[in-house]
Amino acid sequence: MKNVAIFGATSAIAEQVARLFAAEGCRLYLVARRADQLERVAADLRVRGAAEVFTFLLDFDDTANHASMLDDCARRLGDIAVALVAFGTLGDQERCKRDVAAAQAELRTNFMAPALLLTGLAQRMEDRRGAVIAAIGSVAGDRGRQSNYVYGAAKGGLDILLEGLRHRLAPRGVAVVTIKPGFVDTPMTASFPKGPLWAKPDKVAGDIRRAIEKRRPVTYTPGFWRLIMLVIKSVPRAIFYKTKL
Amino acid sequence: MTRSYLSWGRFHRFGHEAVRPSRDQDMPGLLGGALPHPMLAYGMGRSYGDSCLNDGGALIDMRGLDRFLDFDRDTGVLTCEAGVSLATILGVISRRAEPDALWFLPVSPGTKFVTVGGAIANDVHGKNHHGAGTFGEHVLSFRLARSDGSVMTCGPGENEPLFRATIGGLGLTGVILDVRLQLRLVSSLILEVEDIRVDSLDEFYRLSEDSLAEWEYTAAWIDCLAFGTALGRGIYTRARHAPAGTGPVRSRPAGADSGKTGSAKGRLGVPVSAPDGMLNNTFVKAFNAVYHRKLAGRKVVRRLVDFDPVFYPLDAINDWNRLYGNAGFLQYQSAVPDQDAYQTTRDQLGLIAEAGQGSFLAVLKTFGERRNPGLLSFPVAGTTLALDFPNRGNPTLDLLERLDEVTARAGGRVYPAKDGRVSAARFQASYPQWRDLAAHADPAFSSSFWRRVTGGHADHQDESPT
Repeated sequence: MKNVAIFGATSAIAEQVARLFAAEGCRLYLVARRADQLERVAADLRVRGAAEVFTFLLDFDDTANHASMLDDCARRLGDIAVALVAFGTLGDQERCKRDVAAAQAELRTNFMAPALLLTGLAQRMEDRRGAVIAAIGSVAGDRGRQSNYVYGAAKGGLDILLEGLRHRLAPRGVAVVTIKPGFVDTPMTASFPKGPLWAKPDKVAGDIRRAIEKRRPVTYTPGFWRLIMLVIKSVPRAIFYKTKL
Repeated sequence: MTRSYLSWGRFHRFGHEAVRPSRDQDMPGLLGGALPHPMLAYGMGRSYGDSCLNDGGALIDMRGLDRFLDFDRDTGVLTCEAGVSLATILGVISRRAEPDALWFLPVSPGTKFVTVGGAIANDVHGKNHHGAGTFGEHVLSFRLARSDGSVMTCGPGENEPLFRATIGGLGLTGVILDVRLQLRLVSSLILEVEDIRVDSLDEFYRLSEDSLAEWEYTAAWIDCLAFGTALGRGIYTRARHAPAGTGPVRSRPAGADSGKTGSAKGRLGVPVSAPDGMLNNTFVKAFNAVYHRKLAGRKVVRRLVDFDPVFYPLDAINDWNRLYGNAGFLQYQSAVPDQDAYQTTRDQLGLIAEAGQGSFLAVLKTFGERRNPGLLSFPVAGTTLALDFPNRGNPTLDLLERLDEVTARAGGRVYPAKDGRVSAARFQASYPQWRDLAAHADPAFSSSFWRRVTGGHADHQDESPT
């Protein structure tokens, strides 16, 4: 019976990952901001087979309260075997360009908050040989693009933080897993027109579950994004600037 | 407008405004004006015709509302959102099965890939109709969201008229948010099954008579291209739960356990439409002949198997409907009262054999004497025949019209969940209660089916019938 902590548990992707852990009979600690939705998700996971489900209400922007949440987690769940950092927002890039407050909110929720949470997690988990710390980045963090560089910068920063954490924890047997989803059909992207590149959250969740199992450093999901991003990263600037990417 | 929402027959091609809410509290806002009218809830698109479609209107894709709320393992009461599929329920209850409390679906249609909401809206039945009735009989209550912003709890004794109208109500009364369902205790998830060769229709009825008392699940596959003395030949399958403690027989296909509803590994799939439809006459003839010989000359084959292949043989092939090609197919399912059932079934099978329009799947079973829980529930005590026809345009529609005549003469009717073409006059004559349903329908809800069969007599006269 594994202890799994999921931060941002009501996000579409995290909820699907949680279902996979529930089906395995894991004990779950779920943290999210919206009380009613968190309780609904928790009830669902209990029926789906989770041995125990604990919930904690927290707005992750409220970084001063991360520590007390992690203390609560240690008290009720015990040692964490798998931690998944899954919260995030996808702000409006047009607003971020004009509105400093909007850009700040985007950077806070997608970089500052997860970076500080990961710092707290690393402190508590560094002696837990065999444990896994996973976090959801984005393909948007691989190269700055005019259409979403604020969100991309936050996710790119997170990518580097995770890379460093992985380096630090490697000798101690704690794996750090970076997940880079492409386009996922979730409420966060509800207003986008969908094409063949779009994946369903349950498909992405399966990839995340496997990446955690295999302790894989970096996982693109669906897998074809590794290739797409390889191409996007290698396009020369002179050509790149002619695109609307 | 998206054109990606189809029904299982892939025969109707409509455009819809579609939304996929993931939180039940968003529903009142959506219904109360955020969505264009008319609206209709859409589940897994397993009804065959146009009852789950709403040409030019809005579809509310319910698959994002797929959470369990509670499962009481002492009482077998399961509470879940309406978008939970039966496959997911089976995955959960068989994974958590305990020897002293084996809970099972009280009623299960021929596919597990339907939502609970859809099972109620179509008041589906299964192979155990004579013992358990329809799905709606096992619904303790549900919450129904209406376009006026209200959310009503409905059950026996609470808003009962609306409860009865919603069961089998084809989604017209609003959106079911969540459901309390009474599961049933069974002795085992393994079934004791007998496949019996039948060489004529008389034999089918004799076997039915003999089997109903001892066997919970019965149905027959019929070779509907056989005629003359062979008319009605096929395989009669009867099954019941094995005694408690029967050991595991073999592993279940991946799709059953994972609780997944998409393409699961270990199941076959049909990735694209077959060119011109693979299921042409030669193929169907060959298939039927082979299937009939499955018993290898023996009269009876007995086996102990997991419930999954018995209840859901076609679920092993993802998207099998695509075998019919881009033109799609039509399903015909009639129910005729006992009195004339034998002759009517003979006439129907005769018509089909004569027309030479092979049906890949022909299923014959008897409905028991039950009081239907819904206003527009389909079953009548008697015989039900279900057939698939590749869409060949007018010759197919003509044949179905001739089948309608035979069905109507016997006082029977067709199943709205399967239908995409019955005339308004025949529908209204065979379901005189349709006006009661119209009275309970939410004025902002409609479907392509409903506009077609009410022919403008319903509340939605401003909608052009399709």
